[in-house]
Amino acid sequence: MKYLSAIQKRQLRGIQVMSLLLVLFSFVFYFNSTKVEDITFGFVIDQEWQLINEWVVASKSGSGLFLLLALIGVALAYLQFRNGKQIVTGGFIFGFGIILAFLCWTASGKFVPFTGILQGAIMFSVPLIFGSLSGLLCEKSGVINIAIEGQLLFAACVSAMIASISQNVFIGLVFAPIAGMLVSFLLAFFAIKYQVDQVILGFVLNVLVIGLTGYIYSKLLVPYGDVWNLGPTFDRTPIPLLSKLPIIGPILFNQTIIVYLMYLIVFVIQFAMFKTRWGLRTRAIGELPIAADSVGIDVNRLRYKNVLLAGLVAGIGGSYFTLGAVGSFTKEMTAGAGFIALACLIFGKWTPRGAVTAALFFGFTTSLQSNLSIIGVSIPSEFMLMVPYIATIIAVSGVVGRVRAPAADGIPYSRGNR
Amino acid sequence: MSLELKGISKSFGSLVANESIDLKVDTGEILAILGENGAGKSTLMNIVYGLLQSDSGEIYVDGKVVKINSPADALSVGIGMVHQHFMLIPVFTVAENIILGHEDVHRGRLTLHEAKVKIKKISDDFKFEIDPDAIVEELPVGIQQRVEIIRALIYDAKVLILDEPTAVLTPQETDELLNIMRTLKSKGTSIIFITHKLREVKAVADRISVIRRGKVVGTTSPTATQEELASMMVGHEVDLTARKSASTTGRKILEVTNLNVFDGLGRKIIKDLSLEIKAGEILAIAGVQGNGQSELARALINLEDHVTGSIKLDSEEIVGKSVHEALQSGIAYVPESRELDGLIGSFSIAENLILDVHSVSPVSKNGQLNINYVNNNADKLIKEFDVRTQSIFDTASSLSGGNKQKVVLARELSRSVKLVIVSQPTRGLDVGSIEFVHERLIAEKDSGRAVLLISSELDEVYGLADRIAVIYKGEILGVTDSSISREKLGLMMAGVK
Repeated sequence: MKYLSAIQKRQLRGIQVMSLLLVLFSFVFYFNSTKVEDITFGFVIDQEWQLINEWVVASKSGSGLFLLLALIGVALAYLQFRNGKQIVTGGFIFGFGIILAFLCWTASGKFVPFTGILQGAIMFSVPLIFGSLSGLLCEKSGVINIAIEGQLLFAACVSAMIASISQNVFIGLVFAPIAGMLVSFLLAFFAIKYQVDQVILGFVLNVLVIGLTGYIYSKLLVPYGDVWNLGPTFDRTPIPLLSKLPIIGPILFNQTIIVYLMYLIVFVIQFAMFKTRWGLRTRAIGELPIAADSVGIDVNRLRYKNVLLAGLVAGIGGSYFTLGAVGSFTKEMTAGAGFIALACLIFGKWTPRGAVTAALFFGFTTSLQSNLSIIGVSIPSEFMLMVPYIATIIAVSGVVGRVRAPAADGIPYSRGNR
Repeated sequence: MSLELKGISKSFGSLVANESIDLKVDTGEILAILGENGAGKSTLMNIVYGLLQSDSGEIYVDGKVVKINSPADALSVGIGMVHQHFMLIPVFTVAENIILGHEDVHRGRLTLHEAKVKIKKISDDFKFEIDPDAIVEELPVGIQQRVEIIRALIYDAKVLILDEPTAVLTPQETDELLNIMRTLKSKGTSIIFITHKLREVKAVADRISVIRRGKVVGTTSPTATQEELASMMVGHEVDLTARKSASTTGRKILEVTNLNVFDGLGRKIIKDLSLEIKAGEILAIAGVQGNGQSELARALINLEDHVTGSIKLDSEEIVGKSVHEALQSGIAYVPESRELDGLIGSFSIAENLILDVHSVSPVSKNGQLNINYVNNNADKLIKEFDVRTQSIFDTASSLSGGNKQKVVLARELSRSVKLVIVSQPTRGLDVGSIEFVHERLIAEKDSGRAVLLISSELDEVYGLADRIAVIYKGEILGVTDSSISREKLGLMMAGVK
């Protein structure tokens, strides 16, 4: 018998699970489906709701179509496996097919605002992308960042308060990264200078921020809300020409300035991490800091810098909760986004591109869930709430393949301590 | 360029690592620094290279005082270093590793081109055969070491420090390295060569300084005999020849057939390995580090997860049993790393001495440890094995390397065993402890036990083994008796049948 490595075994198991799910769902969504009504997909072609294209399809044939797509996904994954490659692409196609087949089945007789779901996907992924990039900046340089949640939450709170008292959304945006960096500074100070266990430290920082913002909220923002918690929000600024593109135009290029900042940051980090001096050194101190030290790189200084930079990025992401959406702060409004961002980072194998992909996937499933509960499908909303998490577990367990963290991630560096 | 150290002292707490050390190396000279493990050689070199700061003393380059506070300072005055544990990022390419810290940047973007050209040139000059785009972790250690040498040369090192450079090399690679050192010397590079291997020192050094307990105890020329050098190193007369007794072999104790061991990624680490050991015999597995020796030793007591084939101890199958069962069926196991696998550092010596039998009578009864027995057992064993300690209640981590190894040996050999597996049993030990370990292993053999010795020290292999099996990339290339020549053995260790 051919010997399979642990990864190959896991991939094979992933493919088996996908096949099994496919068979199961085929029965539920297609062969045993009693839904006869049509389903209507709505696409916004131009800006806003001026022009809506509709695609009407019978529930059963729609399901069948997308199940076929899922089958192609499984087949592709198997081919990739046979050729010794990763099975990510096949896995994604499978997931996409299954989700849409499910949609056709569950939303029969309903109107599904497809563009709206995608817009929601972007909306939910923005803080995840900022958060996972924050984690990336830290962990590539060897500092574990569990405190993403705290960075997001603190920045959301501070930016809302500042924007509210100044009644200027831009001043609010300026203070968001500062707030994020403040949390980062505590992380860096204790992790690098005092070499406190980084996982515990990150967790403690989260608890600290939750407590602090909770206190501010109940003692200041609620009683004096009209002064402290009634800030303006960013308007959507469509980008000329790009926003007129069919379908993706209104989704990607009719957004707030925070989202455009995000595009910029994603590209800058992807480039800088692999093509610049800073990136080379950052990756070096995350792998073997003593080697970097021996060629004259100040390891802890660079780690400080990166952790602060991570706070800056997460801070901007935090402001999206308030300035980019509702304008006011509510208690624990980040609702675990920081932890999901951490999962995205691992799911994305510690690369900027991978983390962004993972965040978009997660945003999509979340958006789907919230849209389905709005259009009123027959499944209980509690169950729908679990879908994104289940999807993530399936994805992480077999599909992404070998995950290798930076070798020195979480290990404090000092010369005597080798 | 000449480098001179005057009065260098360094202590860590109460431990004096270096005490007013004076040394000098002239242009185009090879100075060997000889000393036992823990004598303070590495501390001294880390001070010269700026990784540590001395408490007092000065460093002169070409007669002028220099301050070296960081490796960057050392590089800028022309001091380069090849470290014992390579300072290379495993996941980077050769070129990325070499430019790290000295990057060429063109409009904010890294450029590797110039570095690659320079690497090619030096590689061609010295016939290093290095591909600048190779990933470092995929290269053999000998080549990785050359990458470190290239890095030093690219940054114009005029004084090159080589810290125990031959520890990880095959005999052939060692010879090649010694030739590289001679070439460098002829081009005017000064070399400080740190080692504890007498043979190499005599082959290449111009002068030899011996360090013992943090002090320079003497400087001599390579014409000194090995015995003279060794006694300077240790501080008393030493006999370098192990006393090997004639073997009277008995029945077959260990029989391994077609053993395959895979790692977590499914790579074959041990390939179709077969061997046997008889009672009253020492079989040595000779090989360069990382050719599957550790996995073999672990597989024999079932510490490896993915194993096929058969391991029979006294005709009883071991594969498929638990580690506990394997040990209880009569195997003593002295692992390669005493600190990581042999002892629990924060436990007392007495506790460490019963780790393997803690759950069986008379050590424990009804789930409770018999403390009296544990203490008496420890008192008895530290006498028998000459463990130097204040008390049996001291933690294992407070012991010196030699005493730690004695504790491991005492625990493993006090059980009733048929087979003794020892892995790199004298690595990092002082000469006195080495003698003790060797004598003990010979005594085990004389008492009729079978001994499997895994070692990358050729002197040890020759001194103890009745038969030698050479392991290369997880395969046994051949089994010979100990009359094989060093050259032939060296070639086999490098993979030549």
